[in-house]
Amino acid sequence: MFEIFGIPSQALFGQLLIGLINGSFYALLSLGLAVIFGMLNIINFTHGAQYMLGAFCAFFLLQYAGLGYWTALIVAPLAVGIFGMIIERLFLQWLYKLDHLYGLLLTFGLGLIIEGVFRNYFGSSGLPYRVPESLQGGQNLGFMFLPNYRAWVIVFSLFVCLATWFLIERTRLGAYLRAATENPTLVRAFGINVPRMITLTYGFGVGLAALAGVMAAPIYNVSPQMGADLIIVVFAVVVIGGMGSIMGAIVTGFGLGVVEGLTKVFFPEASNTVIFIIMAIVLLVRPAGLFGRGA
Amino acid sequence: MTRKILGLAALSAVLMSGTAFAQTTVKIGVLSDMSSLYSDIGGPGSVAAAKLAIADFTAKNKDIKVELIGGDHQNKPDVGSQIANQWYDVDKVDAIVDTPNSGVALAVNEITRSKNKTFLVSGAASSDLTGAKCSPNTIHWTYDTWNLANGTGKALVKTGGDTWFFLTADYAFGHALERDTGAVVEANGGKVLGKVRHPLNTNDFSSFLLQAQSSKAKVIGLANAGGDTINSIKQAAEFGIVKGGQSLAGLLVFASDVAALGLPTAQGLVLTETWYWDLNDDNRAFTKRWQQERPGKFPTMVQAGVYSAVTHYLKAVAELKSAADGKAVIAKMKAMPTDDPLFGKGEIRADGRKIHPAYLLEVKKPEESKYPGDFYKVRATIPAAEAFRPLADGKCPLVSG
Repeated sequence: MFEIFGIPSQALFGQLLIGLINGSFYALLSLGLAVIFGMLNIINFTHGAQYMLGAFCAFFLLQYAGLGYWTALIVAPLAVGIFGMIIERLFLQWLYKLDHLYGLLLTFGLGLIIEGVFRNYFGSSGLPYRVPESLQGGQNLGFMFLPNYRAWVIVFSLFVCLATWFLIERTRLGAYLRAATENPTLVRAFGINVPRMITLTYGFGVGLAALAGVMAAPIYNVSPQMGADLIIVVFAVVVIGGMGSIMGAIVTGFGLGVVEGLTKVFFPEASNTVIFIIMAIVLLVRPAGLFGRGA
Repeated sequence: MTRKILGLAALSAVLMSGTAFAQTTVKIGVLSDMSSLYSDIGGPGSVAAAKLAIADFTAKNKDIKVELIGGDHQNKPDVGSQIANQWYDVDKVDAIVDTPNSGVALAVNEITRSKNKTFLVSGAASSDLTGAKCSPNTIHWTYDTWNLANGTGKALVKTGGDTWFFLTADYAFGHALERDTGAVVEANGGKVLGKVRHPLNTNDFSSFLLQAQSSKAKVIGLANAGGDTINSIKQAAEFGIVKGGQSLAGLLVFASDVAALGLPTAQGLVLTETWYWDLNDDNRAFTKRWQQERPGKFPTMVQAGVYSAVTHYLKAVAELKSAADGKAVIAKMKAMPTDDPLFGKGEIRADGRKIHPAYLLEVKKPEESKYPGDFYKVRATIPAAEAFRPLADGKCPLVSG
């Protein structure tokens, strides 16, 4: 066994893998934000609350309907996605022509309200949720013990991320979407229902947040403020990747997970600051973000 | 018509009895975290406990009238200070109770001293409140960092857990808890192998847990609280830490945290509390009444401490027939032995430390738990004389004279 900067290589490999796993949550969440911003021009600050709703939805399904993790993985994103579409129809659709600030304030306020309501009914300390039977236990990789559930998280989120990227950048539907963002009037002239497409896109982005919430439920504390803590970091990830860039969100999500993981070894006190330091540097050097198209 | 006259007669009787008996009025403010991470530990549950204490006391002592208000300090010392100032100056509050979050409590401690009011701490942990920062206007009721460190730390070292690794929340409270526990471990012949300090409100502990795992320490001490503790325990289970032979020591774990974790995850965890709802009939009776306002929840030691502190406070005020002079009330409270259904007989020391036994508890296995809230088995009772820091070690200026 050799050492790198005084840290045994064994520990380092473990930390890299852990970083990648945490990165998959950042990637999933920032992907949803990027889709919504890229297609709707809305800075969706309700994302954290929607992530929390996903986790709570999984808890409700288990508690009141006896439906386990695998069902929740499908049902929760659908349910929360529909909830998102209602929000889009009721509020957001009136804001597309206005400054970004209006959408930001509205979604931020909605997020606070949702979190407040949940805290009122469920308290702040959280609810229990277990790792599903089939994914309990773990593998000894030699350099670390990898819980099966974490392995599943990394594989599944990578799959979802790439599928989303493919859908938007490489299919006809995605082409319509991108075109509708550029010039909605022209696309409508071709007989495509642009408002409905936008509603569905918002629902999809929100569904991604809820999916991340379900995946987080077995390993993170399911509490009303679980999203509020995470959302700020995720916004930093989106800014670093470049607002609206799908691939940028995915790559920076995973990449920053790794950077954060390594910081936890070398200088743990700074582990929740390091992402913001990187953000500041990126903004200085490349204001549009690493993968940004504009500017 | 007769009914109306009867009604009037009844009303005037009430009014007369009112003027005849209500000589002393007291106003109590519960200053707590009503909306964030500590709101299940204190918060609205503390208000409910204070209400019960007031109801019980005024039922027997009709010559005292008590008003109760609540406030949310949002875990910010500046917000807490502002509410405390307003309560004391404008709203004429006589005593502030509860106040989890050591940062806020230390600020209110100073304000209370300067305005000569009364501060009864149940929720805050820092042992500095009866140490260097002790005040003639403050009583620290339920528990403190020294008390927790001593209870859990000593017990684990004695049962073979002689090497430790700390996961510490990187702020004043975590450092104090790590320091106090480390001292106990070493004093009992154990060794601290290492520590890692994580930022407050960390989501993922797996990196830190891997470091703890590779340290090969027998015990991993969690010097953190609330959501951080829940996340570290949840993920420790996932990474097979306990199955791998290391044990976890929750240095500050409340009943509400155990409920959030669920027994399958929390089982086997050893912790110290000074009050547990299922310990005896009196506690269970209190819980039943408390649950009418907080259905489905179980009171924490902090909330029980609020009941106990308010009860004793009202006794002292009734004796003095006034709550105006904070120092006099506190002196009276220290002079009278404490006695209430929840904490039994006890006393308050010169440094403001309330003394009572503590309990070393272990979280039950799921199959051992018979009903909701059946969380713990009692491993040991730490007698009152050993449960808290010896008077001389605290360096409280009130003691040295």
